[in-house]
Amino acid sequence: MSRVRLLVGTRKGAFILSADAGRRDWEVSGPHFGGWEIYHVNGSPADPGRLYASQSSGWFGQLIQRSDDGGRSWQPVGADFAYDGEVGEHLWYDGTPRPWEFKRIWHLEPSRTDPDVVYAGAEDAALYRSTDGGQKWQELTALRTHESAPRWQPGAGGMCLHTIILDPVNPDRIFVAISAAGAFRTDDGGASWQPINRGLRSGQIPDEDAEVGHCVHRLAMHPSRPEVLFMQKHWDVMRTDDAGASWREISGNLPTDFGFPIAVHAHEPETVYVVPITSDSEHYVPEGKLRVYRSRVGGDEWEPLTAGLPQANCYVNVLRDAMAVDTLDECGIYFGTTGGQVYGSADSGDTWAPIVRDLPAVLSVEAQVLP
Amino acid sequence: MIRVVLPAHLKNLANISGEVHLDIIGDVTQRRVLDAVEEHYPVLQGTMRDRRTGRRRAFVRFFACEEDLSNESPDTPLPDRVATGDEPFLVIGAMAGG
Repeated sequence: MSRVRLLVGTRKGAFILSADAGRRDWEVSGPHFGGWEIYHVNGSPADPGRLYASQSSGWFGQLIQRSDDGGRSWQPVGADFAYDGEVGEHLWYDGTPRPWEFKRIWHLEPSRTDPDVVYAGAEDAALYRSTDGGQKWQELTALRTHESAPRWQPGAGGMCLHTIILDPVNPDRIFVAISAAGAFRTDDGGASWQPINRGLRSGQIPDEDAEVGHCVHRLAMHPSRPEVLFMQKHWDVMRTDDAGASWREISGNLPTDFGFPIAVHAHEPETVYVVPITSDSEHYVPEGKLRVYRSRVGGDEWEPLTAGLPQANCYVNVLRDAMAVDTLDECGIYFGTTGGQVYGSADSGDTWAPIVRDLPAVLSVEAQVLP
Repeated sequence: MIRVVLPAHLKNLANISGEVHLDIIGDVTQRRVLDAVEEHYPVLQGTMRDRRTGRRRAFVRFFACEEDLSNESPDTPLPDRVATGDEPFLVIGAMAGG
C-alpha cells in the first residue's frame, strides 16, 4: 500500500510526517537539526529515499544535509556556495547599489531523473547546481549576470531565488522566480536567461510594467501542461499559457489577491489553490478565517475551502514554499502555517484536518508518495 | 595541548562530545587554532569564519581567560594560559543571532 511522507521545514528544525494512503493517522519524526532554520527539505523524484535539506542559522551560516534513507539518517554535504567571477551589484531597499552577498539557500530542487543532480536557489539571488549529490555546487552564472540584474531588488524576505521548476519535457528549460526581480526562463540549460514578466503590473515599482522588479512570490506548474504556469505575485494571481511570454490576471473573486503559495492539483491541471492573505503589511488571513481558495477552471472563479479549518480568531500566514500536493488517486493537499500547524486534506481540499498543531513556524512543506 | 570549547550546535554537527584538543606547533593564534579545528572537522568550514575572507561570522564570538578576543587580530598570539592548555579557547554563539 502506498504511503505519504511530508517533509516539513521550520524555523527551528525539520519534521517528517508520514501516513498510509488513508492519510488519517500520522507519525511525526523530529525535530531533525533542532534549533536550525530549515528553509526547505525536498526529495528526489527518481529516488524518494534521497532527501536534501537546507540547514542554516544566523550564527553559523549555511549547511546542506543529505539523506539516502528517507530521513532516518543524514550527512552534511557541501555548502560552499560561491558567486562565480565578478560579484556585481543589485539595488538595495533604498534604491542604492549593493554588492551581492550570500545569505542562505531557500529552495532545493532535485532532478526529475537523477538523484545526484540537484539545484539550489540562493539569497542573494543565484542558482546553483550539483551533479554529485550535493558535494560540490556550481553557479549557473548567466542568471545573476543578466543585464537586468543591477535593477533587481530585495523583497521583504530578502533577495531570494525561491522557485525552481524543471520542465518535465524539455531538459534544457528551467523556470525560476526571484523576489523582487520576477520570473526568468532558460531554454539552454542555464547558459542564457530571459525575464518572463510581460503582463505583470506592480504598483510598488516606478514603472509598474517594467521588465524586472516584480515581487513574484511563487510559481506552480502541472507536469502535463509545461506551457501553463500559475503565479502568486505580491499582489495579483496570474497565469500564462505560453511559458511566460505573456501573463494575465486570474484573481477574479478572491477576497484579496495578496498571498504567498500557489499549487496545482495533481490530476486536474486547471484546479489551482491559493491562500489569500490580508495585505502586504498584514501578513495574516483575512477576517480571522483560514481559507484555502480553489479554482477548478484555471482561475478567475474561486471557492473558499473551510471545512476543518479555523474560522475565527486565526491570524497565521502560509509562506511561499509551505503548500504541496500528493499524487495519490484522490489528491492530497497540505500546507503549514507560521503558527506551527500543518493541515492536510485527502479529498482535494473539500475537508481538512490538522496533522500537527504546535511546530515552530513552518517555512516549507513537500509531499512524497512512496510505493 | 590547546583546548577548544565549541557551541552545542557545532559539536552536534561535527559529532564532538566535550572539548576539542589540538596540538599546535609555533605561535598559538586565533587563526591557527581555527585552521586546526577546521582541518580536523571539515564540516565546520564556513560556520565560524567566512570561507573566502576568513572573517569571523558576525554572531560568533571568541573568548578566553575572561576576555573577549573576538576583535583581536587573528594573528595575535592567544594568552599564554590558552597556549599551555590551562584555559580553553571558547567559541560562542552570540546572545543575539538566532
